[in-house]
Amino acid sequence: MVIEVIKPGLRTTVQDLGRPGYHHLGIPMSGAMDRYALRAANLLVGNNEEDAALEAVFAGPELSFTDRRLVAVTGAELPPKVDGELRQTWEAFIVEPGQILSFDFLKKGARAYIAISGGIDVPLVLGSRATYLLGGLGGFQGRGLATEDRLQLGQSMARTPKSTSVPEDLRRADPGEPVLRVLPGLYAHRITEEAARGFYEDVWKVAPEADRVGYRFRGGRPLQFVPRKPPFGAGSDPSNIVDAPYPYGSIQVPAGTEPIVLHRDAISGGGYFTLGTVISADMDFVGQMQPNQKIHFTPVDMNAALAARRVEAERLERLRSHCV
Amino acid sequence: MGVKTVLAPIPGTFYRSAAPDQPALKNEGDAVAKGDVIGIIEVMKTFTQIQAEEAGQLVRFLVDDEDAVMAGQPLYELGV
Repeated sequence: MVIEVIKPGLRTTVQDLGRPGYHHLGIPMSGAMDRYALRAANLLVGNNEEDAALEAVFAGPELSFTDRRLVAVTGAELPPKVDGELRQTWEAFIVEPGQILSFDFLKKGARAYIAISGGIDVPLVLGSRATYLLGGLGGFQGRGLATEDRLQLGQSMARTPKSTSVPEDLRRADPGEPVLRVLPGLYAHRITEEAARGFYEDVWKVAPEADRVGYRFRGGRPLQFVPRKPPFGAGSDPSNIVDAPYPYGSIQVPAGTEPIVLHRDAISGGGYFTLGTVISADMDFVGQMQPNQKIHFTPVDMNAALAARRVEAERLERLRSHCV
Repeated sequence: MGVKTVLAPIPGTFYRSAAPDQPALKNEGDAVAKGDVIGIIEVMKTFTQIQAEEAGQLVRFLVDDEDAVMAGQPLYELGV
């Protein structure tokens, strides 16, 4: 009924689909950075898609099992091993009592989702089992896993899975030269037209600081701002505004130099202008980018953003009918 | 003496010293004991020590100080 942590990996946390509804109180949504991958892992092992699983970033943990469980690893290409023998990602496999689940080096992506039949049974906090590390909230004692932790598992699977693997076309497509689609706003008027053109032309590289709070980018030209007299309540830096809410996916550029895409553990408001918001359909992919990966931003309108969201929703429906 | 290539366990920025004003943790030719810190990889504002998993002699580094590395990329050669 428990798994024991032999090695935690770099930073492994319990995550589910998140904790919406408290953003106005400054509590971020948290939950899986790649929600599609989390859903897929859960469906493969017969869990409900919103059940809690493990999110491992860049390196996998080493876990010892005490009873027979079905396990699936999705998201990043982080090859799982059972007692040293390789297993496939995006496929369910059985781990017997006494066996050890470990991982090979990361091949692609950034975050792997490890779902175990029954789910990780940590207490619900504000309706979610997701870990919010900065706030010490939720998950396993509000923190990442550590050696010798014992994680309680749920009783049994919700149903018998219909399929034990996810077909290629329902896995994340390799985007090659990735492009993040951006809906411009809410403060795009603060930068010059030339600066906006430059932002969408330049190649940006993921900075090593990128984490669950935000993905920082480097490499493009600094932004030029439209001159103004700072309004009351805004700081003197041209990238400052009177405090405003930050949507999930919004892009702030402190001092106009390094854009930051706010992700699942980001704070909900503050005093930096935002030049746009990465569309929801591309946010899972942001969570799979490695440091130094090169990307472009491209502007889209609301219709294109909603169409992309529908494409994602249809893929999820196909995944559900394949697995359930 | 056999030579083993040791791989980076995680992606990030590789450092050969513990701080900018400090000497390199290990130099080529140095003896290495199991558990010795060979370098540091920084990612997500976290510094992870890269420890030797076995003893030997450091033959040569395959990356430079402050290089960006990917998980599974060769870091150094160890003579064992």
